Amino acid sequence: MSNCAACHAVLKDGTGPALFGVEERVTDKKLLHDWIRNNQAVLATGNKYFNDLYVARNKTPMNPFPNLTDAEIEAILKYVQDEGVRQQAAAAAPAAGAGAAQAVSEDSSLLYGILTLILAVIVFTLLTVNANLKKLADEKEGVPSFEPVPVWRNKAYIALFAVVLFIIGGYYTIQGAIGLGRSQNYQPEQPIYYSHKVHAGTNQISCLYCHGGAQDGKHANIPSLNVCMNCHMQITEYTGEKLFREDGTEVNGTEEIKKIYEHTGWDPGQKKYANAPKPIEWVKIHNLPDHVYFSHAQHVNAGRVACQTCHGNIQEMGEVKQFADLSMGWCINCHRETKVQFTDNKFYSIYEKFHEELKNGKVDSVTVEMIGGTECQKCHY
Amino acid sequence: MEQKKYWQSFGELTNSAAHQKSAQDEFKEELPFDGFDARGLEQAGTPRRDFLKYVGFSTAAAAIAASCEIPIKKAVPFVNRPAEIIPGIADYYATTYVAGGDAIPVLARVRDGRPIKIEGNDRSSWSKGGTTAQVQASVLDLYDTARLRFPAANGKEVSTFEAFDKMVAEAIAGLGGAPLVILSSTINSPSGRQVISEFLAKYPGSRHVQYDAVSFSGMLQANEATYGKRAIPSYDFAKAKVIVSLGADFLATWLNPVEFQHGYTQGRKINPANPTMSKHYQFEGMMSMTGANADERFTHRPSETGAVAAGILAALNGQAVNVSGDKLKKGIAKAAADLAANKGAALVVSGSNDVNVQVLVNAINEAIGANGTTINWANPLLNKSGVDSEMAALVNEIGNGSVGGLIVIDANPVYTYFDGEKLAAALPKLKLSVALSEKLDETAKLCKYVLPVNHYLESWGDAEMKSGYVSLLQPTIAPLFKTRQWQESLLKWSGNTTGYHDYHKAFWSARLNGDSNYLAALQDGVIEPGASLALSTASFNAAPVAAAVAASAAPAKKGSVTDKTADVEVVLYQKAGIADGRHANNPWLQEMPDPITRATWDNYVMMSPSLGKKLLKIDIAVDTQADKYDAFPKKPVVNLKVGSKKAVTLPVLIIPGMQEETVAVAVGYGRSEEFGKASAGVGQNVYQLAALNGATVSYVTAGQVEATDATYPIATTQTHGKYEGRHEVVKEVTLASFQKDPRQIIEARAKELAPWGGLEHYEKDGTIYPVFDKPGIKWGMSIDMNSCYGCGACVVACTAENNVAVVGKPEVLRAHDMHWLRIDRYFSGNPHDPESIQTVFQPMLCQHCDNAPCENVCPVAATNHSSEGLNQMTYNRCIGTRYCANNCPYKVRRFNWADYTGADSFKHNQDIFDENPAVLMMNDDLTRMVLNPDVTVRSRGVIEKCSFCVQRLQEGKLQAKKENRPLTDKDVKTACQQACAADAIVFGNVNNSESAISKTRKENELRLFYVLEQIHVMPNVSYLAKVRNTDHISEHEAEEAKEGKAEAAKPAAEHH
Repeated sequence: MSNCAACHAVLKDGTGPALFGVEERVTDKKLLHDWIRNNQAVLATGNKYFNDLYVARNKTPMNPFPNLTDAEIEAILKYVQDEGVRQQAAAAAPAAGAGAAQAVSEDSSLLYGILTLILAVIVFTLLTVNANLKKLADEKEGVPSFEPVPVWRNKAYIALFAVVLFIIGGYYTIQGAIGLGRSQNYQPEQPIYYSHKVHAGTNQISCLYCHGGAQDGKHANIPSLNVCMNCHMQITEYTGEKLFREDGTEVNGTEEIKKIYEHTGWDPGQKKYANAPKPIEWVKIHNLPDHVYFSHAQHVNAGRVACQTCHGNIQEMGEVKQFADLSMGWCINCHRETKVQFTDNKFYSIYEKFHEELKNGKVDSVTVEMIGGTECQKCHY
Repeated sequence: MEQKKYWQSFGELTNSAAHQKSAQDEFKEELPFDGFDARGLEQAGTPRRDFLKYVGFSTAAAAIAASCEIPIKKAVPFVNRPAEIIPGIADYYATTYVAGGDAIPVLARVRDGRPIKIEGNDRSSWSKGGTTAQVQASVLDLYDTARLRFPAANGKEVSTFEAFDKMVAEAIAGLGGAPLVILSSTINSPSGRQVISEFLAKYPGSRHVQYDAVSFSGMLQANEATYGKRAIPSYDFAKAKVIVSLGADFLATWLNPVEFQHGYTQGRKINPANPTMSKHYQFEGMMSMTGANADERFTHRPSETGAVAAGILAALNGQAVNVSGDKLKKGIAKAAADLAANKGAALVVSGSNDVNVQVLVNAINEAIGANGTTINWANPLLNKSGVDSEMAALVNEIGNGSVGGLIVIDANPVYTYFDGEKLAAALPKLKLSVALSEKLDETAKLCKYVLPVNHYLESWGDAEMKSGYVSLLQPTIAPLFKTRQWQESLLKWSGNTTGYHDYHKAFWSARLNGDSNYLAALQDGVIEPGASLALSTASFNAAPVAAAVAASAAPAKKGSVTDKTADVEVVLYQKAGIADGRHANNPWLQEMPDPITRATWDNYVMMSPSLGKKLLKIDIAVDTQADKYDAFPKKPVVNLKVGSKKAVTLPVLIIPGMQEETVAVAVGYGRSEEFGKASAGVGQNVYQLAALNGATVSYVTAGQVEATDATYPIATTQTHGKYEGRHEVVKEVTLASFQKDPRQIIEARAKELAPWGGLEHYEKDGTIYPVFDKPGIKWGMSIDMNSCYGCGACVVACTAENNVAVVGKPEVLRAHDMHWLRIDRYFSGNPHDPESIQTVFQPMLCQHCDNAPCENVCPVAATNHSSEGLNQMTYNRCIGTRYCANNCPYKVRRFNWADYTGADSFKHNQDIFDENPAVLMMNDDLTRMVLNPDVTVRSRGVIEKCSFCVQRLQEGKLQAKKENRPLTDKDVKTACQQACAADAIVFGNVNNSESAISKTRKENELRLFYVLEQIHVMPNVSYLAKVRNTDHISEHEAEEAKEGKAEAAKPAAEHH
């Protein structure tokens, strides 16, 4: 499905035409299937409808999908039909009760703080009262009393105060030191307002369409500009719902799209690359220390971990924000809990002992830690 | 098993006082306690108040530095990403290492546009993926800061190539018909030869002279005389059951060591079912690496080589052998008898450049049926074609002004030619002199026009090392500087407007029938004949033999040794690392210890212990004198004189196995300033000690050594790690004894381990610690000591792969060398009897002990064990206590005493090394481009060591996971394993019974041993014992006499 969604939408024209109603436009099922599998072959047969369409779309060829089976194509077509009907219905009944359920979760720490303070004052008052009463009683009994030591010179109070200060100060110092170099929630402004919400959320483009490196190697890679142009050759303006930056200013989506053209040297009027390209300098958000060797392929491809596990709900982010703190503790915790694709991936067939235990029911799953995923040289070398 | 005394230094042999003392300390230097005890804290160099100041300052500085904002990093993607490049994933391009005529097919590992590592190309049927140390190091030459960066005329920069071309064209026109000569190293590039012939055709009267720095002219001319071909056949060492080498260092530097090592190793592998092996005799004057690997080695004066060859020929023909010395006579008889008994499976080679010697060798090979069996004329070796007489004629012509112009391509005769001085004087007088060179070397410096050429990793091209076997070059990076290939220049100057890339493409497309085949060939890197060519013989003409025999009578022994001087014969040889000096500015090669002397960063006079005793008054058999010589880096200096004019002053290394009246000096040192900062001031040039001997240059001359009072420090590494008196580090048997009692090694092991569970239960019963599970993978390595010849390719490969720092000579002198993998050299025998000396090479690296002593002592758990059996080193945890290094029984842990790779991060960081820039060789952005981004660059204050190339293991495992299949042997290869041309190293998953490592260990169970197995560290590196095809494992005669003393020293050795 993500294959299609890269170029097609259900109701809107993308790089490819809107798919809703395609079965009415092309009634010959076999022809349609052939077209989806290998469009160039259909074009070569001289089919008028498709050739006209091809010319109308500036002869941008569609990718062939020779591996799709008939059943799969039927499923796609059915989805398109159902989704189209749903979206049309949704558009007809405009957002009625959107944003109703804002969960009310008030922070109660302030309340506790005030309570603690009140109690502390009461304790202090009671202690003073106690001391005064004792003094009165002593005077009554004739016991000689000493000049009372004021609070700020009372060694017991000073010691208590010092200990408390040391503990609180130490706690924050250590927390601060541990946090050095970490940048959770880092959300820099980027040279182009690129919204993952629009791309991955609204338009359902697969993450791997742009970040294909995540499957192959260490780096997920920011896509090269030619990947952007796959779609943005056709999509020249932004017509979706309004976009806002964090500070509340509105984003002109169409202007942002134009920035891609500036960088790639594309002239949308002439429909060709007319100017010299200049690369975009994005601000890198997720930074790991140099001695950490993190591989996206290991996690995405071999481990089948969803992107959102580490990057948060990226499909709902306008500009990207660092979701996790990327600390070693965070990595290790996940390695302790995450289950390995133990039976699915034949690589793990060599772990005979664990397969045996799985079979015996001794363990119900194998975690990353069990196969050595928390050892130093899995990430540091 | 026979007991045998092995020694790494003379001190160890005599168990001298200095040796015992140094064995006690892990680190050579005293700790800087600064007189604490004597003066008390108040007067200490760093008193308490200062200490508190430093603490306060550094805390404040750290706090300020840390509170700075995190720098903003940019990520810049491609505008248009080429489909085959995925950032972060290495690409491999097939190309060819080319140095003069030598051409080894390789794969260049390119990470994000930068070549960072060279691997052998296993599609080549003759190199089989093998490499040499030079090949491994060549990638660093690409990033050499001394490379020329722009074309220059008369020392001034020329802004464009067009302007330069115009100048050269005008200069050629101005020659007025005077002959133009192209002087080059051997060119075996088919397209390159065509380019040259087109150029020559354009300028009538011009000619091409080929010149090799180390000449093989004697061989070429002898083959011309006896076989009618001025060529060098290929040699098949795999088929030879008996190999006799007359001073040919064929495992290190002679002709084509990669192919020869691979062939030789076939005869050295022991089939456990039927143990047999080839027999290798070496006759030589100096102690060469190949000689050190010989089964039987006989020494003679180098001038006697002809007599020895004639002697073998005579013995084969049943005539009297006319050589001096009983041992030598017996040796010749024995070798000849073996040769005669193995007709058709025997081979004789000689490293001599004397035509007569080579004629005799040809006659011997003819007599033993080598021609057509072990010697193949079907595909001759094409890497050496220089003929000395042509070069001599050219030098004369340049001198007398009959040559108009000279174009020097990839040759440096002013430095390498024996009469370089004459050439240097004549060169500036030439009307036109052009150097096409990578660097401003000694020759280019004297040329009017200098056009820098591309490094091979930036070039298109082709090479035909062996006739019929072509390998192609393709660029792996755009030229770093304003450089141009010489082929392109010659094309331009001969008026051809085609660029060399197109020329190359057209040339090969035409020969391979089409562009697609050309592209396929580029991808493979090699073009090979479909079926292996049939063996071919050449018809032998025996006419010159009689004259050669007559000329081969050994000159009378000259020599007298007085108190001060000694008459000697001087051998000029090439080291396994530096070779002819072309790569002298490569710090990886300079720091690679020489296989025999274990010295780095210098050349020196190798001298026999006997001569050392007589001339230098150092009797290394006497422990106090041995100490004086080898406990300190300072070595005695001598003057070496050849003839009345030529002399060099060099330090001496006393090397057992040297013939008494022979000294040897390596060429390739003593480079000019301009050649680069690593080679400047290192050693002396000795090429000028060679002499033109009739038609050929002789690298053996008579000379005189004169003792002086001076000393000079040499950085040798052999004694940097010691086993503290623990024996049985190497195991060795003779073939005969192994055949008779094949279970002797395993039984000795079983006997030793019997009290602790025997072989079977040693792991569990030998310790009170629990035995940990290794589910899944357990990595293991096996090293066959029968196939390790000590060449050092693995050492350099490891350096390149793992970002191992270059530390420079002053640091090596302080035992601060950083190599993760070293090749230990052990001698045994009587140092005063060169024939008795036997040498063993043992690669030593982290043994990844399952019960590792280093792990227990680390206070911060920076080194610990993985479930895959790796001894892991975590740099960012290490605080530098060095307890682990102290506790390592194998001495393989290395400490970063300085920031060797990033010292330029702020000014005056490492000023103490200013005097020797080689220490900070890697401290500029250009050189650092060679670093492997997959391996952490270690900084000051942490320990490091072999990781079994864990980055490769991780990559291999991931590849298997991605492809949804179990791991195979092909997925993981360590850098050292990949580099080895002799397949000595096998690596893999021990838990998989089908893996190569499991099979190797199972099949060779009888030879298998672990170093220091008795101390129950449970190493994951196993060794296969060396089998020597000799009658006896030589015994040190003095051993019995010393027995009492050794016993006395034992408690002390046990103590620590």
